Amino acid sequence: MSNDFIAIGRIEDIPRRGARCVNTAFGRIAVFRTAEDEVFAIDDRCPHKDGPLSEGIVHGRAVTCPLHNMVISLESGSALGADEGAVQTYPIQVEDGRLFIALSALPMAAE
Amino acid sequence: MAQKLVIIGNGMAPGRMLEELFERAPGLYDVTIFNAEPRVNYDRIMLSPVLSGEKTYEDIIIHGDDWYEEHGVTLHRGAKVAKIDREAKAVTAENGVTASYDRLVIATGSSPFIIPVPGHDLPGVLAYRDLDDVDRMLKIAEGQGHAVVIGGGLLGLEAAYGLKQRGMSVTVLHLMDTIMERQLDPAAAYLLEKALDDRGIEIITKANTKQILGSGKVEGVELEDGRIISADMVVMAVGIRPAAALAKDAGLETNRGIVVDDGMATSDPSIFALGECAEHRGVCYGLVAPLYESAIVLADRLAGGAAEYKGSHVNTKLKVTGIKLFSAGDFAEGPDREEVVLRDATRGVYKRVILKDNRVIGAVLYGDTADGAWYFEMLKRGTDVSEMRETLIYGQAYQGGGAADPAAAVAALPDDAEICGCNGICKGKIVTAIKDKGLTSLDDVRAHTKASASCGTCTGLVEQLMALTLGDAYNPAAVQPVCGCTDLGHDDVRRLIRAKGLKTIPAVMQELEWKTSCGCAKCRPALNYYLVCDWPGEYADDYQSRFINERVHANIQKDGTYSVVPRMWGGVTSSKELRAIADVVDKYEIPTVKCTGGQRIDMLGVKKEDLPAVWADLGKAGFVSGQAYAKGLRTVKTCVGSDWCRFGTQDSTGLGIRLEKFMWGSWTPAKLKLAVSGCPRNCAEATCKDIGVICVDSGFEIHFAGAAGLEIRGTEVLGMVKTEDEALEHIVALTQMYREQGRYLERIYKWAKRIGYDEVRAQIMDDADKRKAYFERFVESQKYAQVDPWSERVSGKDKHEFKPMAVVGQTEPAE
Repeated sequence: MSNDFIAIGRIEDIPRRGARCVNTAFGRIAVFRTAEDEVFAIDDRCPHKDGPLSEGIVHGRAVTCPLHNMVISLESGSALGADEGAVQTYPIQVEDGRLFIALSALPMAAE
Repeated sequence: MAQKLVIIGNGMAPGRMLEELFERAPGLYDVTIFNAEPRVNYDRIMLSPVLSGEKTYEDIIIHGDDWYEEHGVTLHRGAKVAKIDREAKAVTAENGVTASYDRLVIATGSSPFIIPVPGHDLPGVLAYRDLDDVDRMLKIAEGQGHAVVIGGGLLGLEAAYGLKQRGMSVTVLHLMDTIMERQLDPAAAYLLEKALDDRGIEIITKANTKQILGSGKVEGVELEDGRIISADMVVMAVGIRPAAALAKDAGLETNRGIVVDDGMATSDPSIFALGECAEHRGVCYGLVAPLYESAIVLADRLAGGAAEYKGSHVNTKLKVTGIKLFSAGDFAEGPDREEVVLRDATRGVYKRVILKDNRVIGAVLYGDTADGAWYFEMLKRGTDVSEMRETLIYGQAYQGGGAADPAAAVAALPDDAEICGCNGICKGKIVTAIKDKGLTSLDDVRAHTKASASCGTCTGLVEQLMALTLGDAYNPAAVQPVCGCTDLGHDDVRRLIRAKGLKTIPAVMQELEWKTSCGCAKCRPALNYYLVCDWPGEYADDYQSRFINERVHANIQKDGTYSVVPRMWGGVTSSKELRAIADVVDKYEIPTVKCTGGQRIDMLGVKKEDLPAVWADLGKAGFVSGQAYAKGLRTVKTCVGSDWCRFGTQDSTGLGIRLEKFMWGSWTPAKLKLAVSGCPRNCAEATCKDIGVICVDSGFEIHFAGAAGLEIRGTEVLGMVKTEDEALEHIVALTQMYREQGRYLERIYKWAKRIGYDEVRAQIMDDADKRKAYFERFVESQKYAQVDPWSERVSGKDKHEFKPMAVVGQTEPAE
């Protein structure tokens, strides 16, 4: 595993068909666990009106935003159906139940 | 070169005639219509539902603007024709517009008859004839008050019902001994009178109006016997007069109406008359069905045919929700006549069929009108009924031994049996249209044949015909699926959950063949509610299938913060409680504090991670969650009632608190808001709530199915009870009935409208066993529901919800 990956906890910390958040200096990242125990990490900010996606209902590999029901793909970060927009996704890996997330997509700290 | 057809009048009869004409001979005529009313052709017989608020004007338009455009019809609105010049073959309107004609159709309809008693010209004396009258009535009805309707015929009673629905108190004055004496015999009239009385409409028969009182506007009505009834509005519905003056001035032969022959032609062969203004073989018709029959004849004539109108038998239905009434033909007693009568007091049913020479000549049905069409068919055909004399009164199902099913009865009808009386559509025409045009929905059949497109009472028959013709291909009222994950509708899902004993969301999805692995944001919360409702104590609520508000017991706001509403039982609070709220607001720097419409205090802008601490502090002051986020019982709003109010008749505050303490925590298909008012002044606004109570001296009037959000609807009255205990039992039973039958997110007013207000009344008011069973099921369910979600979470439940999983510092640049 490259050293881009940071440990954030264990898979069982997240409820099935639910999400938990990782706070960073640049905003919250939502980490989802599906019914099939797959995990995905995306920005916790709906492209529509900044709704907290981590608080939406999780179904299949998608989440429905609690504010206005936009459906976001957890895999691609793109809005599904007729809607447009996308959120940033982050690579995530599971090793023996431990979760590691790569934050290379986050902005760099200013020097 | 098209001929010029001019029509004076734009009512239902000429509208129907034109449809038939364009179908038979498109392009044969250039059509010009003069309409005295400033609008398009609408369904006048549906004015009563518009008055009562059950429909809107848009719902009853027959031909919209595009129809006139499509057929190249010139429509002059608000143009009343003043003169017909038969020499020049031209008509002129009061506004100066003229048009010349090759053929002219006079369809001026009729005018309401206003009794010329003193005061008949006061403002507030109205007719009940067109949309303008309805608008005028509604304007006055806004101020509530009292309406007097003069005339207890079809129109008068419908007007009375509509005004009552709009919240006025209503008295009907009728000159004769019994109401609707032309259509009903005394026995049926008695039953109808009783039913109207139950709906709060006062009826005075043998009432001879002496004068209308008032200075500057209507204030009352004085009868010949000296009685005075106060009134803010007087509606005259005593009869109509054919509008024949224009034809008379033009020198055409007139009698009561404009005299026409069997081809609908007047004494001038290029001028025809149609509708209520026409007199055919000495009869003027005022009902839509015969007028449509003659409209079809006229269309045929104008298209070059030779059809003949032979007159019509008429039948009557009263368009008052929940009252079933059918009358046809002649039912006066006579030496050469026999009658067969059936009475069933418990069901409130009365049927009487009048025979002459073994043929049906009249029928009066009250309370059960299913066989109306069958008797009417035999009346029109002159069928010999000697073979079925014994069972005739029991109806069609009992002919040929044993009770048959209605579908078989419809199947047995001959092709020329009339299905839709308003539009004169027979069975054969409907079946042919379904087959030839590949029609699959009720709307299609209405669009192509007009069957059931007017008053709608034959909708059931039309649907049976569709089922018969299409077999399994017919999907009645094509069900709206719950969502894209299934083809099943909510009702089927609920039924199958119970029938198959399905007790988890995965079980439902497996057994009902869901198309997705774990549903979507639409079906999951719905299934979760259905299981919570059906298996209390057994089903473990699926946290991840609830909307965020119900997961964290607060309302999410636009910026991801939450609002918190503590319960204030019945809207009553104290200094201690207010102090606790103030302290919480200061401590957690809550930006906005606001009063809600349901008499609660709302703290807005609470950060999600602060929620458990906020609840802990509120809990110490004795607060529990107000469930302001729930598809469940939210608020019970009250007035101060007999505790403080000069007018309070009962302890409305106490009853409100009692209801709230009894019902809090319950989940319902959609949010549920109650109110209790201590007197008819209704300060708690109980008549626009899901369930409301109006206290009166003699007890408690229970209301339901109001709305004051997306739609504005006054409540329906469920009924009166005498004691607080009964009020509680009835309200709880009603809530449980709704919990068990409602579709997820369907408010009470939509549910009640869908299943019928009378059905709700029958189960809750009239059926004590059912009521008690509902009540007990609610009580059982409450054992598991009344847990304060806030204190649960303060003690650590779902704590992952309020804490981040990890916090990471700034990322280092990659080496």
